[in-house]
Amino acid sequence: MLTLIGKRLLFAIPSLIGVVIVTFLLTRALPGDPAAYFAGPAATKEAVDQIRKKLGFDKPLIEQFVHYTNDLAHGDLGTSLTTGQPVAAELRNRLPASAELTLLGLVVSIVIAIPLGVLAATRPGSWIDHLCRVTTTAGVSLPVFFTGLVLVYVFYFRLGWSPAPLGRLDVFYSAPPTVTGFYLIDTLVARDFEAFRSAFSQLILPAVTLAIFSLAPIARMTRASMLAVLASDFVRTARASGLSPGKVIVTYAFRNAMLPVITTLSMVFSFLLGANVLVEKVFAWPGIGSYAVEALIASDFAPVQGFVLTMAVMYVLLNLLIDILYGVIDPRVRLEG
Amino acid sequence: MKRRDFLKSVSGLAAGALAPTAPAIWSPAKADARSETLLIVSEGGPNNLDIHGVGTNVPGYEVSWNCYDRLISHEMKSGPGGVPYYDRDKFKPELAEDFNIGDMSVTFKLRKNAKFHDGTPVTAKDVKWSLDRAVSVGGFPTFQMSAGSLTKPEQFVVVDDHTVRVDFLKKDKLTIPDLAVIVPCVVNSELVKKSASEKDAWGLEFTKQQTAGSGAYKVTKWTAGTEVVMERNEDWVSGPMPKIKRVIWRMVPQAGNRRALLERGDADISYELPFKDFQEMKANGKLNVVSLPFSNGIQYIGMNVTKPPFDNPKVRQAMAYAMPYQKIMDAVLFGLANPMFGAAKDKPTEVAWPQPTKYNTDMEKAKALLTEAGYANGFETTISFDLNFAGVNEPLCVLVQESLAQLGIKTTINKVPGANWRTELTKKEMPLFTNVFSGWLDYPEYFFYWCYHGNNSIFNTMSYKSPEMDKLIDGARIAAANGDTAAYDADVKGFVDLAFADIPRIPLYQPFVNVAMQKNISGYQYWFHRRLDYRAMAKG
Repeated sequence: MLTLIGKRLLFAIPSLIGVVIVTFLLTRALPGDPAAYFAGPAATKEAVDQIRKKLGFDKPLIEQFVHYTNDLAHGDLGTSLTTGQPVAAELRNRLPASAELTLLGLVVSIVIAIPLGVLAATRPGSWIDHLCRVTTTAGVSLPVFFTGLVLVYVFYFRLGWSPAPLGRLDVFYSAPPTVTGFYLIDTLVARDFEAFRSAFSQLILPAVTLAIFSLAPIARMTRASMLAVLASDFVRTARASGLSPGKVIVTYAFRNAMLPVITTLSMVFSFLLGANVLVEKVFAWPGIGSYAVEALIASDFAPVQGFVLTMAVMYVLLNLLIDILYGVIDPRVRLEG
Repeated sequence: MKRRDFLKSVSGLAAGALAPTAPAIWSPAKADARSETLLIVSEGGPNNLDIHGVGTNVPGYEVSWNCYDRLISHEMKSGPGGVPYYDRDKFKPELAEDFNIGDMSVTFKLRKNAKFHDGTPVTAKDVKWSLDRAVSVGGFPTFQMSAGSLTKPEQFVVVDDHTVRVDFLKKDKLTIPDLAVIVPCVVNSELVKKSASEKDAWGLEFTKQQTAGSGAYKVTKWTAGTEVVMERNEDWVSGPMPKIKRVIWRMVPQAGNRRALLERGDADISYELPFKDFQEMKANGKLNVVSLPFSNGIQYIGMNVTKPPFDNPKVRQAMAYAMPYQKIMDAVLFGLANPMFGAAKDKPTEVAWPQPTKYNTDMEKAKALLTEAGYANGFETTISFDLNFAGVNEPLCVLVQESLAQLGIKTTINKVPGANWRTELTKKEMPLFTNVFSGWLDYPEYFFYWCYHGNNSIFNTMSYKSPEMDKLIDGARIAAANGDTAAYDADVKGFVDLAFADIPRIPLYQPFVNVAMQKNISGYQYWFHRRLDYRAMAKG
């Protein structure tokens, strides 16, 4: 197992180096001159030049790159110009917000989609199969910001059930002391149940928005994979041997249908992180997605580079995790690895 | 279905069934906190708490204005619609308790009991250090100081612990007003110097993250891009104690959500909403919507006069007759602007700025002028705009495009990303574009100096050069400094007339700053910087 992990991590190094180079070049190729942007509305040419010099953008590209990689090696991702904060610190503060939201969205989605997919597969053509088809199609065809706005409109504006879409906590609560960065956990650690309730109620709408969007691939993949497995010989044998339908489906069929579902889950998780950008905008969520977009609009290089790098690292770790999970579910994969 | 349709349907059924069900999660202590707290929502937040910093954005100015004191400030007068409006010509002491304007200098007596947020007394050397800093750090603050002929540290003299003198390099009417803008704020020099380093001699890194002033508020928490929390400074002496104890300023990127927060009564104030929303909120009357014209500001269509076809004044006049002025007012701005066109033919030019031109949409005249200029069949051109303000710029450009098509002028629309807009402006290559300019200092010659003078500043986006114009502008500046009213009036009328005859830029309208707030919020004041002044506001 350890050699597998080691090997995997080793393979990731070239891709990370590639990501560093490509993001550096891409951000430099963006149109727009950050110096002119940050010189403010009333700047003269000299003022712009002064700022360019201060930011180091007057140096040749290769020198900037050496400087950047050197900083990177020391764990310094640079400073964002739009927010004025060190990028590493901002990402560290914002990543838990995005992760908490994405994970909760994914959990909600799994809890709904997998049973739905399994039920649809065991009763193809029945009403539950149609229900599965309709909900997933509807969910995936609605853009997330639209679903988000509709939910805000209905549950906040009209019904007043949901709190104001103002980020992770109600304005008048203060954030719990940071342990994990996940407010749901930190508020419990601090035994601040009122804040826990506030954090949880703030999370519901955005998490549901993400869940609706990600239902489709998970439910469809579960259904397809279950159908294939249910038609296979060993299931027929199990049924013929007189095992109860529950045991056949859960113990034999479902476990074997899991592999493609797990692969889909990792894909869904990655694109949820992307879809997050819009959800974070709608719910004023202080996550990394909205951070990166704002930086991009302002041609603010450092956060964009930091964001892409963080994402790359996360993908590498995620893929590693999925590979390990494969091994747990299906011992054959372990041998090949 | 669109968000707006939803919102509309709700404003229809209004209060009755659903409005008063505010979330009942406040415990009594929290309800108390709420009545003394102002909750502001806006799209963007500050990137730096210090206006002297590198690239501090406009929301950052609001923090500086409320957390730092200046030596002097403006009195208020009654503005359009009875809203308090800063008085350009009347100054009141702020950190200074008294000031005395001499011929070539001004002397300020500081309040003896004024203290910085950390309790150290404000002294003359803090004032000098702060003004030195403003003229030395470079970039925007230094540029703004120079607009009032404040350029050298030697101009700021410590007379004694509580007296400061500012010497004038030359007579300039803008020197005193320039000491009342946001930039010359007084910073706690001893505190900041502790964090200064060789690379950062003025301690900009320190003041970027925290406020080190003597102002009415201090920042207690700032999460960039998310929120700013400010608490009242209980020891503030430079004015009457503000009523709002705490200001929470949240960034909500979605305009629809900002409106929902206001209409549900959860947020107290918001700006930066689409014009249509402001107009609808004004109409349904549940909120207070204040709309006031930008002082010294105009949205215009600019033409690059160095290249054909716009090097020909006849073509430019034709363009001015071809603008769909009223359509822009109605369809883009929903009436929330002052028209800058269509003045009566016999109306004399005023000594004021902005003032409307005598142009009107007249396609016959435009066609005739274009034929005269040799472009009877029109030409091809590109109109550019800043995507950051696409809400106004995009429909505006489409209307212009439509109108020009009637003259055979084929216009392509070029959308420039916000980050790139300044660069494009500096290059001065765009043939046709729309933009806004507004000056902090509300004087016609200030506007013209930046926008029409032959020294070709970045705001002379048309690259317009005319010796006659320069003479009039320079003449007005000198006349203003010497108090020669007759010469001043003649020069101002002269340059306005010339700008309208030569028409390198076509004024369209004077934009409004729109702020929506709950009915129980009072004390909103209009300032030249167009941001909020919390010190005068009250809730309930």
